[in-house]
Amino acid sequence: MSLLHVTEVSKTFPGVRALDRVSFTLRPGEVHALVGENGAGKSTLIKVLTGVYQPDEGELTYQGSPARFGTPMDAQHAGISTIYQEVNLVPLMSVAQNLFLGREPRNALGLVDRKRMEREARELLAGYGVTTDVRRPLGTLALGAQQMVALARAVMIEAKVVIMDEPTSSLEPREVRTLFGVIRDLHARGIGIVYVSHRLDELYEICDAVTILRDGRVVHTGQLAELSRIRLVSLMLGREMTEGATAFSGAATGDGDAPPVLRVRGLNSRHKLHDVSFDVRPGEVVGLGGLLGAGRSETIKAIGGAYHLDSGDVEVDGKDLRKPTTVRAVKAGIAVQPEDRKAEGIIPTLSVRENIALAVLPRLSRLGLVSDARVDEVVTAYMTRLRIKAASPDQAVGDLSGGNQQKVLLARLLATGPKALLLDEPTRGIDVGAKAEVQSLIDELAAEGLGVVLVSSDAEELIEGSDRVVVLRDGVVVGTLTGAEVTTEDLMAAIAGERS
Amino acid sequence: MTVSEAPAIVVEDVRKAERTDHVVGAVQRQGALAVLVIVVLISLMAFPGFRSFDNAATILVAAAPPMLIALGMTFVIITGGIDLSVGSLYVLGGVLAAWASQYGILAAFALPLAVCGAIGVANGLLIAYTRMAPFIVTLAALLGARGLMRAISAEGSETYLVRDGALRRLGNGSLFDIGYQVWLVAALVALGMIVLARTRFGASVYAVGGSEDAAALMGVPVRRTKVWVYVLSGLLAGVAGAINAAKLGSGVTVLGTGMELDAIAAVVIGGTLLTGGAGTIAGTVAGVLLLGVIQNLINQVGNVNSNWQQVISGAFLALVVVAQTYLVRLRRVN
Repeated sequence: MSLLHVTEVSKTFPGVRALDRVSFTLRPGEVHALVGENGAGKSTLIKVLTGVYQPDEGELTYQGSPARFGTPMDAQHAGISTIYQEVNLVPLMSVAQNLFLGREPRNALGLVDRKRMEREARELLAGYGVTTDVRRPLGTLALGAQQMVALARAVMIEAKVVIMDEPTSSLEPREVRTLFGVIRDLHARGIGIVYVSHRLDELYEICDAVTILRDGRVVHTGQLAELSRIRLVSLMLGREMTEGATAFSGAATGDGDAPPVLRVRGLNSRHKLHDVSFDVRPGEVVGLGGLLGAGRSETIKAIGGAYHLDSGDVEVDGKDLRKPTTVRAVKAGIAVQPEDRKAEGIIPTLSVRENIALAVLPRLSRLGLVSDARVDEVVTAYMTRLRIKAASPDQAVGDLSGGNQQKVLLARLLATGPKALLLDEPTRGIDVGAKAEVQSLIDELAAEGLGVVLVSSDAEELIEGSDRVVVLRDGVVVGTLTGAEVTTEDLMAAIAGERS
Repeated sequence: MTVSEAPAIVVEDVRKAERTDHVVGAVQRQGALAVLVIVVLISLMAFPGFRSFDNAATILVAAAPPMLIALGMTFVIITGGIDLSVGSLYVLGGVLAAWASQYGILAAFALPLAVCGAIGVANGLLIAYTRMAPFIVTLAALLGARGLMRAISAEGSETYLVRDGALRRLGNGSLFDIGYQVWLVAALVALGMIVLARTRFGASVYAVGGSEDAAALMGVPVRRTKVWVYVLSGLLAGVAGAINAAKLGSGVTVLGTGMELDAIAAVVIGGTLLTGGAGTIAGTVAGVLLLGVIQNLINQVGNVNSNWQQVISGAFLALVVVAQTYLVRLRRVN
């Protein structure tokens, strides 16, 4: 007997087939893990299940009969509740109002019965380990408590299916315990749960079944207990490996004896990073491996001064940055290429020239006035060197292809004359040709003596591009692959935690 | 339901944070009222002319139309929007009411309600369904409604007199020595308070302004709520215009410029966040009265240029916004 079932569902967006004939079955009382890397199609599948998207093809069956949810409300009324990664409640409204919004108890006059609403809210939340004044604005509660309110609301509306999208990503360990207690209780009441997470320990603790998505397809579905961790990871990251599929030379470029250009020690950031340490020598490419949410981007951002650190030291060329701030990091010679090129990197409405010159303007100006000639010099030099294809330096960056946008961003970083280059997904979303160019550029830069840190979800790119790979899991360094160990097999074993 | 292994999540850090939060919340909500009380007390002692029942009644009568406009504006601003068209709708409503008064008092209210309500519907539909910025949509309505008013009044040169006796009485008569319009406005304000604080629609208004995405996911009819607040705002501006016409005895075409800004000022002074999601009508009432009292005091002093009223109101507004920003931050830290 299935509670919720989708058959051969497909969904296409311009340029991407987000879901390709995906089938998925949720049974009553089952906690079903839905896993996959970025872009695998998890979010799209969730959105199809909850009525946010309409599938192009395929069927949805809910409680034994065909169903079609036109809006998220339809799905909610039918008993499918979703808890999103970011708490989706109204922070300025009270806890009680958030719980009852749209379903407020009313008195004989049709007016909201505040007293009753607050009393019921208090009783309900006590069951979730939250004891607080329910008249407080929700936004003043701790994140974990807010998550519990969201969960309480989801279950309260007679939910038969609860979908949780990375519910633990912002929770403290003890809050995770409470959440699991609630999940076990839902499980016992026959509610079906779809659980999206990248934390393997959690999956194996709480989930019964698993469905693995990759590139919009189901690559595996079955009981989780029958699937080893390493098999799970390789199915997620998978894809047939072909030697030399990337443009990396493969030759190690690092000088093992040189003092490190970048030295990272004991980075801690709440529950996201725990004691992360590693070195990067001049000419070395150090890869950061791990699943989504393992702390790779956070590490890079923290080194660049753009992520809150509780403690930890970053040294460039032996000089301690003390607490890194973005300004100090740039001055010390750290250049960070952020993961989200569009939001955190390029400024699309500005020209190629302006985008490249942005970070070096202070150096190219005297008494606050910018020397046009010197800017042109720098811009021309990098446009030639990185083979940026633009009609002219004055073309708006937003009109360029993804690959050329990425090169503009790299040009900006290189123009500052960095000692360490931190790259977060440098080839994501760019075409094959540009990808190869960016990859050989990374090699070239390393050969010139730059220390490079590389984050990539593309296992091939990570393995073939890196001289060494530091593997992270849940914000902890769980292993370092060096020399002959830099292989996909070792990487997956390290990620799965089955490697000594 | 019971969860055996659930440890209490929020226990120890709560007490202090809760207390700060209460204080901050109270200042945010009641700040305008406190200042109003202080200003009134000082005025009672300092200005003999202020100290009369008649003067109080005058302040209330003068504050009646702005109060209605600010009432609608409170709803709009809590949803995170803004309605710049109300000043124009107010004048248009006055002219329409005066013209329609030849057909009786009911027509004198029905016509401005219908026209201003329709413009409110148009504002709301454009804002809710095309996702255009409220600022632009209602600015267009401001210009359009002003043009319409000038067109029907021959460039503002033709003045329609109020011909209906009942409407004249509404404008000039009083109950317990307080003008009828004050009672009418008080009733509407009370109704507005109930709607905002005690109905599902009111909860939707707060939810839409607090987080539109979250509200949509929680099943709040976001677009319908948005349309309604602009309709409400338009209707109230129309009524305000009609009341003013009743008081003045004609549809005056030169008033109302900048009324929308005074209303926004009063709402913000009353503690409503311009970013939406929080605010009360009680605060707006205090804000409107505060601006009214300041105006009245300037008039009392006599030899002071009345434009100083705007200087003082402006300074006051700046002060309130700074305080609001600080309080909101204080609240978020906890």
